[in-house]
Amino acid sequence: MSNDTLSKKLLTSRFGKIKADSIDDYVSTGGYSVFKKALSMSGDDIISEIKTSGLKGRGGAGFPTGLKMDSVKQAEGTPKYIICNADEGEPGNFKDRLLMENDPHQIIEGMIISAFATGTNHGYIFIRGEYIKSIRTIEIALEQARVKGYLGDNILDTGFDFDIVVHTGGGSYVCGEEFALLVSIEGKSGRATYKPPFPTTCGLYNKPTQINNVETFCNIPHIMDMGGEEFSKIGTDSSKGTKLVCLSGNVVKPGLYEVPLGTTIRSIIDDLGGGVPNNREIKMVQLGGASGPVIPKSMLDLKLCVKEMNGNDLSFGSGAIIVMDERIRVLDILKRIIEFFRHESCGKCTPCREGLTQMLILLNRFIEGTATKQDLALLDVLIETMGQASICGLGQAAPTAIKKVLKYFPEEFEGRIHSMDSVTV
Amino acid sequence: MNMINVKINNRQVSVPEGTSILNAAKKTGVTIPNLCYHPDQEVKANCRVCVVEVEGARTLQASCATECKEGMIIRTNTNRVRNARKTVIELLLANHDMNCTACKKNNNCSLQEIAANIGVRESRFTNVVRNQEIDTSSPAIERNQNKCIKCGRCIQMCAEVQGLSILDYIGRSDDVEVKPAYGWYLGDVACVACGQCSVVCPVAAITEKEDIEEVWEAINNPAKTVIVQTAPAVRVSLGEEFGMEPGEIVTGKMVASLRTLGFDSVFDTDFTADLTIIEEGHELLQRIKEGGTLPMLTSCSPGWINFIEQYYPELLPHLSTCKSPQQMFGALAKGYYAGKIGKKPEDIFSVSIMPCTAKKFEADRDEMKVDGKNADVDVVLTTRELGKMLKQAGVDFNKLEEEDYDAPFGLSTGAGVIFGATGGVMEAALRTVYEVVTGETLESLDFNMVRGLEGIKEAEVDLAGTIVKVAVAHSLSNARKVMELIKSGKAEYAFIEIMCCPGGCIGGGGQPLGGTDELRLKRIDAIYRADKGLPLRKSHENPAVKQLYDEFLEKPLGEKSHHLLHTHYKNRKK
Repeated sequence: MSNDTLSKKLLTSRFGKIKADSIDDYVSTGGYSVFKKALSMSGDDIISEIKTSGLKGRGGAGFPTGLKMDSVKQAEGTPKYIICNADEGEPGNFKDRLLMENDPHQIIEGMIISAFATGTNHGYIFIRGEYIKSIRTIEIALEQARVKGYLGDNILDTGFDFDIVVHTGGGSYVCGEEFALLVSIEGKSGRATYKPPFPTTCGLYNKPTQINNVETFCNIPHIMDMGGEEFSKIGTDSSKGTKLVCLSGNVVKPGLYEVPLGTTIRSIIDDLGGGVPNNREIKMVQLGGASGPVIPKSMLDLKLCVKEMNGNDLSFGSGAIIVMDERIRVLDILKRIIEFFRHESCGKCTPCREGLTQMLILLNRFIEGTATKQDLALLDVLIETMGQASICGLGQAAPTAIKKVLKYFPEEFEGRIHSMDSVTV
Repeated sequence: MNMINVKINNRQVSVPEGTSILNAAKKTGVTIPNLCYHPDQEVKANCRVCVVEVEGARTLQASCATECKEGMIIRTNTNRVRNARKTVIELLLANHDMNCTACKKNNNCSLQEIAANIGVRESRFTNVVRNQEIDTSSPAIERNQNKCIKCGRCIQMCAEVQGLSILDYIGRSDDVEVKPAYGWYLGDVACVACGQCSVVCPVAAITEKEDIEEVWEAINNPAKTVIVQTAPAVRVSLGEEFGMEPGEIVTGKMVASLRTLGFDSVFDTDFTADLTIIEEGHELLQRIKEGGTLPMLTSCSPGWINFIEQYYPELLPHLSTCKSPQQMFGALAKGYYAGKIGKKPEDIFSVSIMPCTAKKFEADRDEMKVDGKNADVDVVLTTRELGKMLKQAGVDFNKLEEEDYDAPFGLSTGAGVIFGATGGVMEAALRTVYEVVTGETLESLDFNMVRGLEGIKEAEVDLAGTIVKVAVAHSLSNARKVMELIKSGKAEYAFIEIMCCPGGCIGGGGQPLGGTDELRLKRIDAIYRADKGLPLRKSHENPAVKQLYDEFLEKPLGEKSHHLLHTHYKNRKK
């Protein structure tokens, strides 16, 4: 694949070409023309277009966006809410921030179309509190859209009312988890809760709620522009469209890249990222961010494709790719990851609250060289229990990296079991 | 009702739509272990002990939070489930003070029981409990953070039932603690000491303050005459501590057991409950006649007193000046009975057995010392503590022969007994006030409108042509509603009974554990059975009360009553 095909630009096509604080720049590059078209369509036709496109959520879980919209549209109860999850806290991710800072109206247009399709009049953008520039940019953009009459009452004389409120997080990672995010907007402390019911039927203030990632909303105007059919031609059978990739770590050119889904990880690292500095060997690559799996260099030909990833019990999550070369110490990396999750656990459920503390104790034994075979068995038990019994995605996914290291780099642990262990019972 | 068919452990079962897997499993004879779940509370799903396997689900599901869906295939004891459940219990134990033999709830602890049942004998994890100071600042309840498993039952009880939210989660991750705001001591916040938190705590994180040793000391002190009074609600719940069904009436066995422990005289708080009715009934009539502050509010529930003093002090003039039956008893014990048996007040050691933790606070109050120095009630033991004390003494409660109370404070009526249930004080008062005012004999003694678990109940009584409206509220969230009604001037009642605890004293914070409506209803049923079974059911017909007035008090609201039986409460707003 040439670098040109590789960089299939939809969502980032305006980056660097328009001023983020200029709605006129956005409009002059075709912006807000699609939503005008959409407002003349029926909600069902819009949703059907999204379904045809095959778009799946870009926040990590990959739920089909059209289905989610349909579910909210069908759900009983008013008012309905639409929420853009911009609480980007997953270490290694910065795509949502750049989308907000470079092309805020794209998000707003996507939200207006989605809200109209589902019969929703109230919108929120939940932005990570540390993203001061994003918050400011979005607020300016919202005001501009209101002035133009794209937000507010009776938008473009269609009788459709819709506005968006910016809600900022207090710095808690778990508020990116949709249930914690919901209670946080409600003014409660951000803790996860059990499901079902799901937000589509019982979300914000127990009303039907559509929550999507920033990148997901950004895809909507493009789908409505080119048509779901055309959009679905990009990517693979199971993964349609493009993906924003946050490439970081030991690469020559780290940064944000937009690639067609189906691109291999190797291609992203080598062709776009310029490979590893000084031609050092890759030790491992983490996909999606701190909660994602790690893979060895032998697996770099895997594609960003749901089917292929699932087949290997992997996922690419929200699209971060963190490259780590041969110099790193694997267990130190794991320790930092677990320390991060231990800090960010909301503390509600036992496996996550108590499990991460214990995981850290066990990891330290391996790092110090005092671990026993029993510690290894216990680590296995803990990984399994946290993954199986935690109440939300944070606790379930926190041990993913350790689990994959045990699978692909078992020597990292086994090599550090205390030698006296052979004589202990 | 729509029925849902599911398969649990290969057994087909049909349950109403909306039934949780946990409750459906119960129907198949399988108890799924659980800690944070409480049948009367919102589902919390945080302990993760009750996880099960649902075919098709990626992860294990919390059975308390997962509704049965048609065709669901559920397994509650696969290796995947058992491993996760054991690990979760081990994780809890690793952050728990594991000194079980030294624990107040040894053998009465859900965590201990589940660990034993599922075969966890020790935790493979490192114990990380941070040895924190035990909060003994409240005279009624004790908080031991080192035992807490963060299940949140106490939080919900305090917030939803009592409407106070004294306790909540503080901190995040492994720093999460259940404490009053800012980590303050219980004694420094506006806690009412009702102890409802302790009734639902599955471990020993919140317990009644234990005063058993003091009682043993007194019993073993030959210089002391140790007398004991038993509250109405204790007789219908104490049996639970010895494996009896809730609602078993054990009055006679309880009296026998107290004698076995070595108390010199065993009396009944029901006697002073009857006395309360005489005093409070006359106070009500006086207020109605003389244009006093109405509605008059009952004053026998110390948790409720703590509430009005701290949250609605501006309404204190509405409060009856009557002391509670416990404190009337205490005052009479030291101010009358001592002299009657030729003892000095300080030689009498007065113990009360109460369904209540707030009674400990009440007995400790400065207002409750007739000589200004010594407490009228020296020690309050809860129902649970009496259970423990009897076990310490090796008393085989079930085998005891029934015995009668001692004279003179052992004689009481059904009106005294029903003080133990919500609406009981009102009903007892109406039985007496009606007859005093009208001079007629009541045809039916049962005032059913004021009975039962409805939060706020109302009734109207025709007192010789005057219609008197009364109301009854139990639990403080309901009390708050009534207080707001009074403040807005919309409470057209003459008399309102308020009990701090849900269901009244039978649901008290010192009662055997559980705290469910199911338990409360069984105890309430027993209270009314006990009432029905007594020859005298009206306080003013209690001959011992009459004798007390003849010999000593002279008349209701008289000089001696004023000194011994009445008091004033104060603004203690925090």
